Amino acid sequence: MLAKRIIPCLDIKDGQTVKGINFINIQNVGDPVELGALYAEQGADELVFLDITATHEGRKTFVELVRRIAREINIPFTVGGGISELKDADALLSAGADKISINSSAVRNPKLIDDLAKNFGSQFVVLAIDARGENDYWTVTVNGGRIPTDKELFSWAREGESRGAGEILFTSMNHDGTKNGFANKELAKMADMLRIPIIASGGAGNMDHFVEVFTEGKADAGLAASIFHYKEIAIPDLKAYLKGKGIVIR
Amino acid sequence: MNIVIIKYNAGNIESVNNALKRLGVSAEITGDFDKIEAADKVIFPGVGEASTTMAYLKKERLDQLIPQLTQPVLGICLGLQLMCSYSEENDTPCLGIFEEQVKRFIPEPGMEFITKVPHMGWNSICDLKSGIFDSSLEQKYVYFVHSYYAAVGEHTAAVCNYITPFSAALHRDNFYATQFHPEKSGTVGARILENFLKI
Repeated sequence: MLAKRIIPCLDIKDGQTVKGINFINIQNVGDPVELGALYAEQGADELVFLDITATHEGRKTFVELVRRIAREINIPFTVGGGISELKDADALLSAGADKISINSSAVRNPKLIDDLAKNFGSQFVVLAIDARGENDYWTVTVNGGRIPTDKELFSWAREGESRGAGEILFTSMNHDGTKNGFANKELAKMADMLRIPIIASGGAGNMDHFVEVFTEGKADAGLAASIFHYKEIAIPDLKAYLKGKGIVIR
Repeated sequence: MNIVIIKYNAGNIESVNNALKRLGVSAEITGDFDKIEAADKVIFPGVGEASTTMAYLKKERLDQLIPQLTQPVLGICLGLQLMCSYSEENDTPCLGIFEEQVKRFIPEPGMEFITKVPHMGWNSICDLKSGIFDSSLEQKYVYFVHSYYAAVGEHTAAVCNYITPFSAALHRDNFYATQFHPEKSGTVGARILENFLKI
């Protein structure tokens, strides 16, 4: 049976891994290639590297980093951040990325999803959506949750799928950084609605949260950052725990 | 050892090369007929769409060369599908090294969930045959990304179950092929590549 995936996410700034609570207050947690290789060895099923560098020089550093990751790491990895046109994606594909994730740029220009899927295949395109809920209405946000848009979470996810996204990476800004568990209700609703895999993000604080996201939340993959970076949960322990709970895990 | 990765219009060929480098082996990526024929081992990787890729192989006459190779050949992902006789993906006649046919996964409405296509992620393989596998690999997980599959047939060398049992690997004479990506399948995938290099 197809296994549920555990995905550590590494935020990268100027070639270094960082993670901030709610994307603010950034703290250095190590070299991305070393950390990625360690996670791969420990049983991570995929890795996500998000470039949060804004400068042009930083972008070049990131492409170089992706090349190093591709050489060293023997599991699939997704890269995201700052991809706004085909040539950005092409550079990352050539550097060895298996998938790219797009977020704000797709909100600004939804046709980018179609173009990327057509040129590189749906399996290459992950649509990342950050959304914040209020009274059961979920607004898609950009810039790390700071700026609300006129898009609604579920209709945007559906549009992303029909435009050719191969996966949805949904981060609940209500849950991100809280360590109180994932947005399982919204994830399950999305899973019932879509035919493409869903990666759940935001809120992982303990091992039971992963059990819940794979059962109640019906997610295909669970993504987390700080709990792995700060060694609050070790991946081998997490996978053993999930197996014990009857969840299909590699 | 002289290893060639066939260069053609398919994505992510470099990742196979990276995997070989991690095993301490260097390969040449080339479409040159003499070099391909002279190689000890040939790898035919691929991510892409069947009909455009077959059209490219025909234009380069690689469709004539590949089935006539006599050294061990390893097809990966789209490589496996193109080595079959026919693919439903845009109604494409393929190389015919394996008689198996390539079909599209039909999503099944399940009791609680809808099975998703593409089949993407880690799944286990069983009923292993052929030199690229060994008993330590039975029931191990490998990484798949695909919407089309080769049915189970005479040349099936590994079975995976997703919606229906399908060929996770095929083998006939000197031709080997995997639907999964050994180059992305961690230590299990590395072992499969190593086994291929030892054939």
